[in-house]
Amino acid sequence: MAMLALVLVCAVVRPFNWPEAVVAVPAAALVVATGAISPAHALDEAEQLGPVIGFLAAVLVLAQLCDDEGLFQACGAWMARTAAGRPRRLLAQVFLAASAITAVLSLDATVVLLTPVVFATAARLGARPKPHVYACTHLSNTASLLLPVSNLTNLLAFAASGLSFTRFAALMALPWVAAIVVEYVVFRRFFATDLDAGAQAPSTGDAPELPLFALVTVACTLAGFVLTSALGVDPAWAALAGATVLGVRALLRRRTTPKALLRSVSVPFLAFVLALGIVVRAVVDNGLDTALGHLIPDGTGLPALLGIAVLAAVLANAINNLPAVLVLLPPAAATGPGAVLAVLLGVNIGPNLTYAGSLATLLWRRIVHAHDAEVRLGEFTRLGLYAVPASLGASVLALWASLALIGGG
Amino acid sequence: MVVVVWIVEGTWPACVDAARRHAPADAEVVLLHVTGPDAADAAHGAFAGLLGRGHPERDPGTRVEHLAAASAETLLHAAADRLARPCTRLERTGRVEHEVVAATDGADLLILARDGDRTRLGPPSLAPPSRFVVDHAPCPVLLVWPEPAPPVTTLPPAPPRPPVP
Repeated sequence: MAMLALVLVCAVVRPFNWPEAVVAVPAAALVVATGAISPAHALDEAEQLGPVIGFLAAVLVLAQLCDDEGLFQACGAWMARTAAGRPRRLLAQVFLAASAITAVLSLDATVVLLTPVVFATAARLGARPKPHVYACTHLSNTASLLLPVSNLTNLLAFAASGLSFTRFAALMALPWVAAIVVEYVVFRRFFATDLDAGAQAPSTGDAPELPLFALVTVACTLAGFVLTSALGVDPAWAALAGATVLGVRALLRRRTTPKALLRSVSVPFLAFVLALGIVVRAVVDNGLDTALGHLIPDGTGLPALLGIAVLAAVLANAINNLPAVLVLLPPAAATGPGAVLAVLLGVNIGPNLTYAGSLATLLWRRIVHAHDAEVRLGEFTRLGLYAVPASLGASVLALWASLALIGGG
Repeated sequence: MVVVVWIVEGTWPACVDAARRHAPADAEVVLLHVTGPDAADAAHGAFAGLLGRGHPERDPGTRVEHLAAASAETLLHAAADRLARPCTRLERTGRVEHEVVAATDGADLLILARDGDRTRLGPPSLAPPSRFVVDHAPCPVLLVWPEPAPPVTTLPPAPPRPPVP
């Protein structure tokens, strides 16, 4: 337990700007060495996390290569052109783009690559940027429900749930749409003043070329996910194939270097995920599972799903959604795929409640920024208080309907 | 005489036009734009929420800050072009309403636009930041409608008289 606390504190605080893995990996080694977790269990956890981490690496590289190909720039130009100087239209385009990019290229792509593009687009139109930037940060969480690749939490749950890729997507499609629609309605009302302020139609400059190759590769990768899951092959191979095609092309055209590719794989992050998984498994093995087993409601009725989702959202907000999902997965997986997906609704939508995704991160950032009173939390938190309960409620209802229609088996 | 014109995205052309109409020829015109911290903070926060990603150089908030500075410069440039007379351009960052009030210290006139609900006359036509500026400005204030004002028929009805005891 102390090890888990240490790993999480260091991941939030990041002393001396060390990568998070610097503390997490020795901590994982220590829990194995001290016998807090048997080597067999640690190996079992590593075997389960291995394909997940490979999948994650492939998606991270795929997103970075799409950016190198100019996909996000083209997306910004498309938004500016079709918004035609109307902020409400721009907000709708941002919702479409952020939902699609989060679902296919993961939330990292929306946060790191799309947000600056959206800001630049709003600024170019002379529109107030706040609603559009906030939409990106909210959708990076809310729109990450659809596919196993959309969020690391989904990848972890996907591995534990035993669902196929297509069944996962089919069950989550309705909750995904419901959550996004609720967010859109909340944003339109919450930012009515900013959206009324007006904007100018963009000067018709040269539109950047549409990166057709990248788009087709991403589409083929998506088709590959469906095909591999139909054939019973791990869909990570489809992601790897997509990343390889774009990577080889970028290397041949000298648009990237092997070093840049390696950096976008983000090895310390992958090591951190593996180490965190082992430390959490040690804590779960040492009694947390029975403690949480009592907390998790049984069954797949609507009240049980809602209870699980709310519990997951609270836990995600307390520390972070990554440890929350690792802790909640074993008891939820024992109940069934419905419970696992309800956990995902909670851990993916919940972080919108606090800017920075969790109270722990928020508190730490408050301490760091104590000298300047600039960081205003009121508005973001107020937006979260409107959006999170509503979208969580709607998506749980939608999940319950999906489970009844499609079946969780 | 110093005239401060508060330039805000979306509503600024009306303020510049008012300055052209009402600022005396010998007045010193200051075009003021304030960049709020909200957008960059939201991007910083979203990145901080991604546990374990490391790479602070990938923080999108930093990129948003640079983009915001560039966009403020473009906006002030466009406003100066529309004003078409010598002026000072002033860019500040921080809490928007506080920075505007601080920048009007010693000024003789502040020009700003309504930015709330502009479909009817009334208090909601001022959003909270501009309401704060109007309430706290240490100088005379010229408050303009960004587009032609709604008709007087949009006035709310008079409140009912209190019952006579």
